[in-house]
Amino acid sequence: MTDDPIIKFDSVVKRFGDLTVLDELNFEVKKGEKVSIIGPSGSGKSTVLRILMTLEEINGGMVTVGGEPLWHEKAADGSLKPASEAHLRKMRVQLGMVFQQFNLFPHMTVLRNITEAPTKVLGLSKAEAKERAEELLELVGLADQASKYPHQLSGGQQQRVGIARALAMRPNVLLFDEPTSALDPELVGEVLNVIGKLAEEHDLTMLLVTHEMRFAREISDRVCFFDQGRIREEGAPEDLFTDPNEERTREFLKAVLD
Amino acid sequence: MLFGYEWDLSSPLAFAISILPILLTGMLVTIQATVLGFLVALVLGLVWAVLKGAPSRFIAWPAKVVTEFIRDTPLLVQLFFLYYVLPEYGIVLPAFMTGALALGIQYSAYTSEVYRAGLEAVGSDQREAARALNLSSARTFTHIIVPQAVPRIVPAMGNYLVSIMKDVPVLSVVTVLEMLNVAKIVGDRTFDYLVPLSMVGALYLIMTLVASTGVRLLDTWLPKQGIPLK
Repeated sequence: MTDDPIIKFDSVVKRFGDLTVLDELNFEVKKGEKVSIIGPSGSGKSTVLRILMTLEEINGGMVTVGGEPLWHEKAADGSLKPASEAHLRKMRVQLGMVFQQFNLFPHMTVLRNITEAPTKVLGLSKAEAKERAEELLELVGLADQASKYPHQLSGGQQQRVGIARALAMRPNVLLFDEPTSALDPELVGEVLNVIGKLAEEHDLTMLLVTHEMRFAREISDRVCFFDQGRIREEGAPEDLFTDPNEERTREFLKAVLD
Repeated sequence: MLFGYEWDLSSPLAFAISILPILLTGMLVTIQATVLGFLVALVLGLVWAVLKGAPSRFIAWPAKVVTEFIRDTPLLVQLFFLYYVLPEYGIVLPAFMTGALALGIQYSAYTSEVYRAGLEAVGSDQREAARALNLSSARTFTHIIVPQAVPRIVPAMGNYLVSIMKDVPVLSVVTVLEMLNVAKIVGDRTFDYLVPLSMVGALYLIMTLVASTGVRLLDTWLPKQGIPLK
């Protein structure tokens, strides 16, 4: 972990109609840091990830990834203008995302799901992509499932494929959007194990939106409590979970931990 | 005599056999009109679907109005319009072309809805996953959206193919010599309508059965593994 912020939100505003989801949010993540975002529904947690993955545009402020503006680019005269699709494509290379509903491609085998983007976007040969995919399937414990289709797998297995698919693009930052919320309780563990292993063994920067408090506490370097589009409180997991400063954090933790 | 074939009125069976080649000549025209009309409906329907889904409402709205207009006016009115009004403005098409075009235009309003439903059934989660993986929009469309939309589209398109086939006799009013028109001429000349019209019914049944079987085979052949179809 170094001290350069790889992700920086500077007074970022996001509105959906009249609803302000992010209210001048300031937020930083250092390279290699594992940050968990917790908070009530509608507090803007997922929106942070979706903005980073360029699935949602921002209405104000500035987001930088690796020191470069994400939603802006430099015009010829040096001023900043809204990002073009080409700029977004270039920036997206640094990011990967694991979705709540897995979002696997149902008509492709597990292997094709993982190799599609590396071959078509990164220009890997089929053999290279296959080799990479097999390594990743090994990592997520699904080495024997490569030729199956997503619907033949359990939810937990599908999500592990989702993780392998995101990793196959070798992102610097991996975004997890409630990766276990759509799973049956008995399948949550296998997915958390994989995420935990990644957090331990890789210097990947990880941003995790989750309701799994115990897990967030175990793997995170820092936990951010989001409320009403802002970070209400943040800190080391031990401090935030055992002795939060804010009454609102205390209430939330009490409600979810009981 | 018609198209060089003599009829034999000695018995109903002999009559039927003698006019079969005449009716088959008409059937060929019916098939040609069906195929051409269907192709127009497939292409024009896709154009409507894309226009109706356009982000700008200055494009989407007129497309919606036009397709709604096409759908809510009778095929015969549209056919007369193309056949009698266009020549006044210097556009003269053969009756067959006018007829096939009218069928295609009428059905394009329906097929556009089929396309739209098929494309919309592929959820935004798929587009988002493709975007997160940095796939180009072209690649996303051809390899993520279309393969999942086509199996949803094919059965409904097959129904419209059969419908178009059954609407071809409407073209007889603008002198197209399709199967029903030919049978009517035979009846007019021989004063026996029962045999030629019954044969038209039977031949139609064979054509529609063949067409729907073909669609079903195409549907079974299409790769559908894993695609959640309702």
